[in-house]
Amino acid sequence: MVSHDDVNYVAKLARLKVDSTELDRFAGQLSSILGHVDKISELDLADVTPTSHVIKLSNVFREDAPRPSVERDEALANGPDVERGAFKVPPILEA
Amino acid sequence: MKYEPVIGLEIHVELSTRSKMFCGCRVEFGGEPNTRTCPVCLAHPGALPVMNRQAIRYLTRIALALDCEIPGKSIFHRKNYFYPDLPKGYQISQYDQPFAIEGELHVGVEGEIFRVGIERVHQEEDTAKNIHAGESGRIAGSLYSLIDFNRSGTPLVEIVTKPEIHSPQAARAFLNKLKNTLLYLDVSDCNMEEGSLRCDANVSLKPVGAEELGVKTELKNMNSFKHLEKGLTQEIARQMALLEEGGKVVQQTVHFDVASGEISPLRSKEFAHDYRYFPEPDLVPLVASAEFVDEVRAEMPELPEARSRRYMETLGLPEYDAEVLTSSRNLADYYEESLGHYQDAKALSNWVMGELLGYLNATGQELSDLKVKPGQLAALLKMVDSGGINAKTGKEVFAEMCDTGKDPSAIVEAGGLAQISDQSELEALIDKAIADNPGQVEQYRGGKQQVVGFFVGQVMKATQGRANPQAVNELLRKKLSG
Amino acid sequence: MNLLRLTATEALALMEKGELSSAELTGACLSQIERHDAEVSAFLKLTAAEAHQQAAAADAAAGERPPLAGLPTAIKDVLCTRGVTTTCASRMLENYDPIYTATCVEQMTAAGIVSLGKTNMDEFAMGSSTENSAYGPTRNPWDLERVPGGSSGGSAAAVAAGEAVWALGSDTGGSIRQPAALCGVVGLKPTYGSVSRYGLVAFASSFDQVGPLTKSVKDAALMLKYLVGKDPLDSTSVEYPETVMIPEDKDLQGVRIGVISELQTEGIDPAVKDVFDRAVTTLEAAGAVVTEASLPHSQYALPAYYILAPAEASANLARFDGVRYGFRAGGGDDVTAMYEETRSRGFGEEVKRRIMLGTYALSSGYYDAYYGQAQKVRTLVVQDFEEAFKQVDLLISPTSPTTAFKLGERTADPLTMYLSDICTIPVNLAGLPGISIPAGLADGLPVGLQIIGKAFAENDLLQAARGAEMAIGFDGVSPLIEGQDK
Repeated sequence: MVSHDDVNYVAKLARLKVDSTELDRFAGQLSSILGHVDKISELDLADVTPTSHVIKLSNVFREDAPRPSVERDEALANGPDVERGAFKVPPILEA
Repeated sequence: MKYEPVIGLEIHVELSTRSKMFCGCRVEFGGEPNTRTCPVCLAHPGALPVMNRQAIRYLTRIALALDCEIPGKSIFHRKNYFYPDLPKGYQISQYDQPFAIEGELHVGVEGEIFRVGIERVHQEEDTAKNIHAGESGRIAGSLYSLIDFNRSGTPLVEIVTKPEIHSPQAARAFLNKLKNTLLYLDVSDCNMEEGSLRCDANVSLKPVGAEELGVKTELKNMNSFKHLEKGLTQEIARQMALLEEGGKVVQQTVHFDVASGEISPLRSKEFAHDYRYFPEPDLVPLVASAEFVDEVRAEMPELPEARSRRYMETLGLPEYDAEVLTSSRNLADYYEESLGHYQDAKALSNWVMGELLGYLNATGQELSDLKVKPGQLAALLKMVDSGGINAKTGKEVFAEMCDTGKDPSAIVEAGGLAQISDQSELEALIDKAIADNPGQVEQYRGGKQQVVGFFVGQVMKATQGRANPQAVNELLRKKLSG
Repeated sequence: MNLLRLTATEALALMEKGELSSAELTGACLSQIERHDAEVSAFLKLTAAEAHQQAAAADAAAGERPPLAGLPTAIKDVLCTRGVTTTCASRMLENYDPIYTATCVEQMTAAGIVSLGKTNMDEFAMGSSTENSAYGPTRNPWDLERVPGGSSGGSAAAVAAGEAVWALGSDTGGSIRQPAALCGVVGLKPTYGSVSRYGLVAFASSFDQVGPLTKSVKDAALMLKYLVGKDPLDSTSVEYPETVMIPEDKDLQGVRIGVISELQTEGIDPAVKDVFDRAVTTLEAAGAVVTEASLPHSQYALPAYYILAPAEASANLARFDGVRYGFRAGGGDDVTAMYEETRSRGFGEEVKRRIMLGTYALSSGYYDAYYGQAQKVRTLVVQDFEEAFKQVDLLISPTSPTTAFKLGERTADPLTMYLSDICTIPVNLAGLPGISIPAGLADGLPVGLQIIGKAFAENDLLQAARGAEMAIGFDGVSPLIEGQDK
């Protein structure tokens, strides 16, 4: 079961805000989905190697050759708040 | 109870590749903000990373220089956290399958050599830069921040030592040795002021002889040798005082204030880190085959130990000279380039260690600032050897070369500093000295041989030190005896 | 001639002969959009003026025509198009103008297509009904009360409504095949790695693949031919090992087809099962050697997918933070508050749900239980397919367990919605190619037949799909096209 604390914790990690009705709803829905996922625990997976890539590739490189960057105006064009050629954000509280 | 410090270092090195780790934007320092960006390093939707081959070669060089084991297959992970300088919301890094493990570096401190184990060496990418706007320019109390993505995605190698360093001095010596090694490898400019070499330290205390490590604290961004040593000294003293009072060290990150020399805990995060590492699906595994590693090994620049050995064995330099000359790659390169124009290895070594390093120490300059080119130094030494100028004048000429960057011949010519070896010119001067000082002539002829020195001085004075002292000596003895 | 019924292959042939111009064909599509898209809502953004220009240019061009010259194409709004707003049907990207174009779109453009605009989808491709669009749902041209499937619902509906000759979609867990099935068109998800993902806004990077939604199997092959190829900008793309062939008009003589037994019963609507069974009989009659095949772990594919895909998504969607582009909510006093406001208001419900699910599965203490185990299940699913392909050349199942459902019918319970992809997800876990072709109608609604091939064996897959298409002989079109028949 996914608790309210779990939802709060995960929401915080994911930088999402949840109000109290969402808290209930998400806790319920995540519990139901994970309940279905728990089917996996029927399997004995001790000797199975995990798959993270289905494609059997390795060592895909690019050469160390600079390519033109985008124009600064273009880089900034989509920025919600831009100042002095940079992206502006509210103050960063000390981490 | 007696305690001893246990220190581990975590070093980040920006590689001096031409382009970024995962995109083609140029790697440079500074410049107008956001002029070296693209969809990849700005993390635009749909953009994908592709590994820079050269970065992996540099990474391999570092791993080899640190005598690491390279397990062969390594993979990249995503390290997830939110911060405005991290455009994707995750850093591409390596986690449980790093590129290289189990290395070592031998470091000399106060005449003793000690070994520091290397835990791991892995590849990752650098973040962007935050510029904090506000009165202090610091993060605390700033009104807002501006983000410049020029640095975003610069190749970064992380080197983690084992907790096997036991004094601030040793930590400093390790970092110095590592920096020198990296410079030899030609993989980074290691400019600590510009942030291309950065160091964090973990420090704890344990009772002498105990196996188990104490609770550690982390010192972040010890970005100069001096700060590292001072910060560690302070933190060790703080922990020592705590333990002696019967207190406990709390695991946390502490801040060393360079100006005040004070240690203060950083306000701890209300929320612990949970990086949620998982394999980066946009990149395929990195497999360092034996052939690849051999290829990189073959192209490895000569490291300081090997170079020092070569100086002793083939150039016949004393150990002291060899150590000094190879203490930095720049210096050794300078020495060898000069040696290409001038054959006497020991004489050259004397000049480099004496005059050249003396000048740099006195003026606080770096070798890279020096105006004298290796060819010019060699030309000067040849001039001294051939008698074109004497050694004393040579030193003066060198000083002027350092100030002006002019060729020695030009300085000698302009200053009329050429050594006078011409027999007739010297004879005339000697004759005059003999004529002017009959009393001293008498003394000499009466058996007081050392008076010859007085006459040499007279001739030197008359020539402002330019006379060839050996020739003057010989001529004088002949004339005085005559 | 009803231009709206033309396949790309037919249209190309007519244009080649000078019997049809791109301007006429493009005009027909745009008129159809004008007539019906207010109710269908397949398009989020129309680029009609540019389309007219491109069509005119294609008609005017002298010399050899580019291979796909003048074909009016709809592009799923998950693909970045420089200068044309790309929203992923999210409020988060409401005003986002990409600074580059996706490689696959570049390739299609180089091959000569006319771009009609960007199609609706489930937000960030998360969904099976196109109801999770911040800009309202797309409706199924066969029945406007019903969903077109998703997430490429806009692309599927556009093709089914005759609003585009064909369309680009993307498929992470069934997002091309399932809407193709529900809209009565053909949808192909290529082998993972065949088509560049550069410029495809990532949902789950190890599953996502771009592919065609078309009116015929030949069209799917034709588009695939210009989509494949190694892209230096995508490390996971490969040089396609062979030339993509346009399938011949051939029966299924000797083709060994395995019917996936696990995907016959559980949750499959009886009406769908009926159509499917009849299709199987038809394939046998066309010469196919049909046997039972087993994917013993297929029931675990959905659970594994709903860990792995949201986990990847939780990281892929972290870049939407209101700093460099996209929506930013005001009122944040510090950067963390800004992030939370922006992401809470910029993302829709389903996207937030999946981000939370994925974050949970990766978080400290749960990684091994969820993510780690799911990766192992993925291995088993891959092995299941390898085993099955030792016995047969191709595998088949229904594409979707049901026909198109009513709008709102499944929005209350996410899990019910997730089950829509029960037949398609195993294919994505294994990275294999899969195609959905119309198998017939159940209660007047299209049913899809899914055919699955071996990795990089699209030629065999498409040839068999062509054989099946001929044998089945489905010639139904949505009422929106039929109504335009002269």
